[in-house]
Amino acid sequence: MKNILLLGDEAIAQGAIDGGLSGCYAYPGTPSTEIMEYIQHSKTAAETNIHRVWAANEKTAFESAIGMSYAGKRCLVCFKHVGLNVAADAFMNSAITGINGGLVVVSADDPSMHSSQNEQDSRVYAKFAMIPILEPCNQQEAYDMAYTAFELSENIGLPVMIRITTRLAHSRSNVATKSPKQQNDLHLPKTAKQFILLPAIARHNYESLLEKQKTMQQLSEKSPFNKYIDGENKSLGIITTGIGYNYLMENYGDKPCEYPVLKISQYPLPRNFVEKIYNECNQILVAEEGYPVVEEMLKGFIHDNSKIRGRLSGDIPRTGELTPTILAKALKFDVDEPCDIPDLVASRPPQLCQGCGHRDVAEMVNNAVSDYGKGRVFSDIGCYTLMALPPFNAIDTCVEMGASITMAKGAADAGLVPAIAIIGDSTFTHSGMTGLLDAVNEKSPITIIISDNYTTGMTGGQDSSGTNKIAEICKGIGVDTEHIRLITPLKKNFEENLTILKDEMKYDGVSVIIAQRECIQTFARRMKAKR
Amino acid sequence: MKTDIILAGVGGQGILSIAAAIGLAAIENKLFIKQAEVHGMSQRGGDVQSNLRISDKEIASDLIPTSNADIIIAIEPMESLRYLPYLNKNGRIITNNTPYINIPNYPEIEAVIDEIKKNPKNIILDADAIAKDIGSPRSSNMVMLGAASHFINIKFESIENAVRSLFLSKGNDVAELNVKALNAGRKEVS
Repeated sequence: MKNILLLGDEAIAQGAIDGGLSGCYAYPGTPSTEIMEYIQHSKTAAETNIHRVWAANEKTAFESAIGMSYAGKRCLVCFKHVGLNVAADAFMNSAITGINGGLVVVSADDPSMHSSQNEQDSRVYAKFAMIPILEPCNQQEAYDMAYTAFELSENIGLPVMIRITTRLAHSRSNVATKSPKQQNDLHLPKTAKQFILLPAIARHNYESLLEKQKTMQQLSEKSPFNKYIDGENKSLGIITTGIGYNYLMENYGDKPCEYPVLKISQYPLPRNFVEKIYNECNQILVAEEGYPVVEEMLKGFIHDNSKIRGRLSGDIPRTGELTPTILAKALKFDVDEPCDIPDLVASRPPQLCQGCGHRDVAEMVNNAVSDYGKGRVFSDIGCYTLMALPPFNAIDTCVEMGASITMAKGAADAGLVPAIAIIGDSTFTHSGMTGLLDAVNEKSPITIIISDNYTTGMTGGQDSSGTNKIAEICKGIGVDTEHIRLITPLKKNFEENLTILKDEMKYDGVSVIIAQRECIQTFARRMKAKR
Repeated sequence: MKTDIILAGVGGQGILSIAAAIGLAAIENKLFIKQAEVHGMSQRGGDVQSNLRISDKEIASDLIPTSNADIIIAIEPMESLRYLPYLNKNGRIITNNTPYINIPNYPEIEAVIDEIKKNPKNIILDADAIAKDIGSPRSSNMVMLGAASHFINIKFESIENAVRSLFLSKGNDVAELNVKALNAGRKEVS
C-alpha cells in the first residue's frame, strides 16, 4: 500500500489498473482526459500490456470496450459528459446485452461549463439505461470505486457508471492504494446469444435487466459508499451526493453536523435510508452537483413535496457547480460577504497561441467572406472555436462535434451559398467524415476547411486518429481530387492561400481545403525533447 | 493548522508547478492536501487559478470557500486581484509586479499596484527581474514560491527538496536553477 498524490482522474485510472484492468478506451475531453493519459504513462500498464490507445470517437471507444468485455476481460471507457451523447447508442444497448468481463464507464460532467457547451448530468443517462452509478466524494473514494467497480459490474452482469464532476477530476489529494488484482483470463460469455440483440433475445435481456433492479437496490442499501450519519437536530435532514458531502462538511470544520446526513455515492437511491431521513426530519435539503436528479426522484416517491429543498425549490441555484459557500447559505449560516473584484480587473479570455496556424486560417476566412457578407462560417469544437472571440470574430456557430460540415450543408440546402465549414483534424475523424459523405452525395456547394495541426490540441495534444490520412480520407469519401487543396497557413502564403479559398468558394460543389501546420504547442514540446 | 492558498496567473506562467512543489513537500511532511485546478480551454493565455489547501487534519472541500483564503500567490499583478472575494480579512497578497499584457484593455499598471496596496498585507516583488538576475528568466514562478514560503507551514528544506525533485526530469542544471530561484525569492522577504 502506497500513499500518493493523485488527481481524481488519476485516482480512477490507478484504481482501475489495480482492479485488474485489461483495456482503456477513450476520446479526449475535459475534464476526463487525464484518466487515459495516466494509463498511457503507467509503467504497470505497459508491463501488463493494458490497451491504452485513443479511439477515433466515444462511440468507437465504447464499442471496443463492449468487445473486450465480451471476450471476458475488464475494461474502462472514459469521456466527458457530452461524449456520452456520441456513445449513447452503444451505451444504452450495453445495458441490454449486459457484460461478460467487467465494464466501467467514466463520464466526467462539467457543471459551470468550465470547458463545455452544456452542463448535462450523466446520472440521467445511467438511470435511463438502468445501470448502477458510483459517484465518489473524494480522490480516495474515486480510487476505491474504480478498484471494486469491475466486481460490481461482473456480479450484477451490467456496465457500471462512475460519474465525476470537474472539481474532483481536476483536484489532487492523498490516495492510499491497494494490492493489484490479476487481469481476467480470456473467456467467452456463459450465456450463448447474450450479445445478439435480435428482438426476441433483446426482449428476454430487457426482462432480466428489470429483474436486476431489485438486486441493484439491495446493493445500494448495503454499499460501503452510502452512509447514514445521525444528527440530533431533526428539523432538517441533508442528502448529499458525490462531492456535495465535502462541501457540507467544510461548513462544520472539526465539529460533526448537527443534522442527520445521508451521503449517497452509489445509485439507485438506497430507499431504506431515504425513507428513514424523510420520516425523521421536518425538511430535506438536497446538495447535489449537476441537475436536480435526486431531488426529482424524491419528489417521485414522497407524497409531501413541500419539505424538499434543493435546486428545484431555489434554495440552491439551479445552474452551476456547488460550492461550500452555496451550501452555507442554504443552511442559513452567517456568511461573510466577500470583497468585490476591483472594477479595473479586466477579463482575460483564453486565446489562440501566438504562432498558431488557426490564426492564419481565421484571417484568411475573414478576408474571403467579406465579399459575400457575414453569417456563413460554421465551426466546430476545438482550439479554433476561439476564432469566435476578438480580434477574429471569424465564426458564427459551434454546436457539437462534427456539426460544422453538416450545418454548412443544411444552410446551403436552404440557399446560404457559399457556406464555409471550419473543423479540426481530430474532430473531422471523430464525426465529420460521415457528414462529408452526405455533402458529397448531394454535391452541396460548401467549402470545408480542415485546420489540420496533427493533434487533438484543445485537450493538450493527444494523438489524432487521422494524422497524415486526411487527404486520402476525403478522396475515399468521394471529394473530387481537384477540389482537395493542401495549403500551409503561414503569413508568407497569405495571398496564395486566399486565392485558393476564394476560388473554391466559387465552385458549385464540395471543396476541402486542408490547412496543414503542426500545433505550436506540440512543436515546442518536440523541440524540447530533441534537445 | 490549515493553510488555504489561491495560486493565480495566466495560462503558461507555471502556477501548476508551484502547486506540485507544495504538494510534494506536504506529502513528505505527512500533511493532508487538496489542490483543485482548471484544465482545458482556459490554458490558452486565459486567467488560471488553483485552490491549494494544506492541513494536519483531513480536509473536506476541494474548493476554498469565499472569504477564507490565507494567501493569494500571483505571478501576475492584475490576476492577484481577481480572487479577492476568496481572501479572508487578514489574508495576504504576494504578487509579482510584472504585468502580462495579452489583452487590449489591460489597466494602467500603477492603478493595479495601488489597488493591491489597499490590502493591508501585501508583498509585491519584481520576480521577473530576480529570475533574470540569477540567470533563469523562466523561473519567476519559483521566485514567487520562495517569497511565499515564509507563510506556508512547511519546512523550507522540504520545499527545496520538492522543487529539486520536480525539475530533476529536465536535468540537474534546470533543477538547481529552480532551487536557486526559490532561494532568491525567499531572500527578498524577511
